[in-house]
This record gives sequence, C-alpha cells and structure tokens, in this order.
Amino acid sequence: MTAVGDVLRRGLAEDLGVPNGLEELHVLAVDDSLVDRKVIEQLLKISSCKVTAVESGTRALQYLGLDGEKSTAALNDLKINLIMTDYSMPGMSGYELLKKIKGSSAFREVPVVIMSSENILARINRCLEEGAEEFILKPVKLSDVKRLKDFIMRGEGEEKGKRRAPKRKLRDDVFTCDELTLESPTKFSAKRSTSLV
Amino acid sequence: MERSHLHRQLVLARQTLFDQGYLDEQFIQLEELQDDANPNFVEEVVTLHYRDSARLIYNIEQALEKTALDFNKLDSYMHQFKGSSSSIGAKKVKAECTLFREYCRAGNGEGCMRSFQQLKKEYATLKRKLEAYFQLARQVGPIDTASRPK
Repeated sequence: MTAVGDVLRRGLAEDLGVPNGLEELHVLAVDDSLVDRKVIEQLLKISSCKVTAVESGTRALQYLGLDGEKSTAALNDLKINLIMTDYSMPGMSGYELLKKIKGSSAFREVPVVIMSSENILARINRCLEEGAEEFILKPVKLSDVKRLKDFIMRGEGEEKGKRRAPKRKLRDDVFTCDELTLESPTKFSAKRSTSLV
Repeated sequence: MERSHLHRQLVLARQTLFDQGYLDEQFIQLEELQDDANPNFVEEVVTLHYRDSARLIYNIEQALEKTALDFNKLDSYMHQFKGSSSSIGAKKVKAECTLFREYCRAGNGEGCMRSFQQLKKEYATLKRKLEAYFQLARQVGPIDTASRPK
C-alpha cells in the first residue's frame, strides 16, 4: 500500500505546484438533501478532493459494488479514501450504511464520518461504537473538511500494520488515547456549541 | 462613480442581513466556498434551497389540512426544511422551524399552524431580501471580483 515514499512524492508534487490527480483523495458523500450535497461537494473540491456525491445509502452501496448485484469488476480500481454520510435519510439511514460498509471486506478500512443536524448523544455513541470515525454536526464547515483531510493524509502515510484503536468518547474525561486523538482537537459534537436551538 | 456607490450599497445590504439576524455565519461559509471556478456558488445554493423550500412548504400545507394531524410526518418535513435553511445560514427561518417542531412534539396543532404562518412570513421576507441582494451583487459583479483578494 502507500508507503512513506508515496507521501514524500505527494508532498514534492504539491511543492512543485503539480496537480495531484493520481494522489487526490477520493471522497464518497451521501446525503438526500440536494442543498447539502452541493455544499459538501464544493467544500471537498475547494479542499482538493475528488468527490462522488450520491443521494442515498442504496446508491452508495451500488457505487461501492456492495449491493450484491452485478459483477464488481470495476471495484479493483475504485479507491475511496473517505465516506461522509448524512445520518437521517429516507430508506437506509447513515447508521445502516455505516454498518454495511464496516461489514464489508472491501471497504471496512475506509473511514466513515457521520453528519447530522441533531446533537443526540445516544446517536453519536451508537455511530462511534459501530466504527464511525467521527460524528460531525451540520452544517459542515471548511475547517471540518480540512481536519478530516489532514487526518486521512496522515493515515495514508502510516504503515499498514499499525492498527488504530477505535476512538470512543462518552465523557470528557474518558477517551481512548491514540496518536491521532492527541494531535487533533476534540471534535465530538456533544461538546460543540451550536446555535441550533 | 456609480459603480463604487453600488458596491458600498452591496456591502451595507450584506451587513444589514447579518445585523438584523436574517443570516448567520453559515452564509459566510458559503461565501468562502465561492471562487473563480464557481463565481455564483452562493446564489446557486440559495436557489436550490428555494426549490427545496417550495416543495416542503407545499407538503406541510397539505399535511396541515388533514383533520387528524400526523405530527411525525409534519416533524419530518420540518426537519428537512430546517436542515436546508440551516445550510444557507437562514437564521430567523431556522428559529421558526425549531419552534414548529416543538409544537409537533407537543402534539399542538394550533401551535403548529400559527408558527407555520410565521415561518412562511419569515421565509418570504428572507427570499425577498436575498433576491434583491443578489441582483445588486450582479450589477456590481465585475468590480467585486476585481477587488477581491486572491
């Protein structure tokens, strides 16, 4: 997989101002809201990511070739670095999609981020326990995307053997420590102040 | 110069929308996503929001006309409407959505209808103001782009 060499090459290419078509992060965004899809698409494009935006969990599974339908020959070329999905969607929820992705051999290692406009602790915990990387409160900001991108880029540079401990944060004083948590600011929506209500 | 006068008007109009609480920082976030490749991004998103809103307002109106109100359905529609409003930074409208949902959860049909009337008013006002704002922005257009730091 990617090794330190790849990370260095990527950095060098960026320094030279060479467009990184090959090394661009590819993000799959799932949201039933057209407005939100357009915004997340732009957030990711501005952050130099390649985006595929779909409107439902079903479509997402189709795209990933996890719907058990036809041959998934194209799957071998499909490199997804991050999946961002809305929680509340008609039909399959983001949580159900998360479970399907984590239950697949092909994509279980892909970080999945859940987005929601509702700050419900039980929901957050449920998602994190199911393996979601993070739970982001909507509306998603540029700083959220930047942070995710930095995290993914760091992760891509790690050796394959190094397994990260799953992050779980139930209370302020209790959380699983790993190098990434220490470097990143806390981002669990339970703590984040919102102007929603 | 007429152009710079228009530009000042634009800056003032924009600031007023924030000062009077019609818009919040999410609108600024959208502005930050606008660039040369997507010079009309904000207006495009807002236009999509109008489309969403028209559909949802219609659905809610229909649902409110039923003899037995389905509060779950109403709440669900309003959740979508609130989300869409939140995504463009529509502060006052969002607040009305929250109120409506509270009435839904309380099973208060009267409250729902009252707050929905208020919501429609707020939405209409915002739409009017934003349309005027974007129209002004279009007139100012070339100068605005030229003076924007890269």
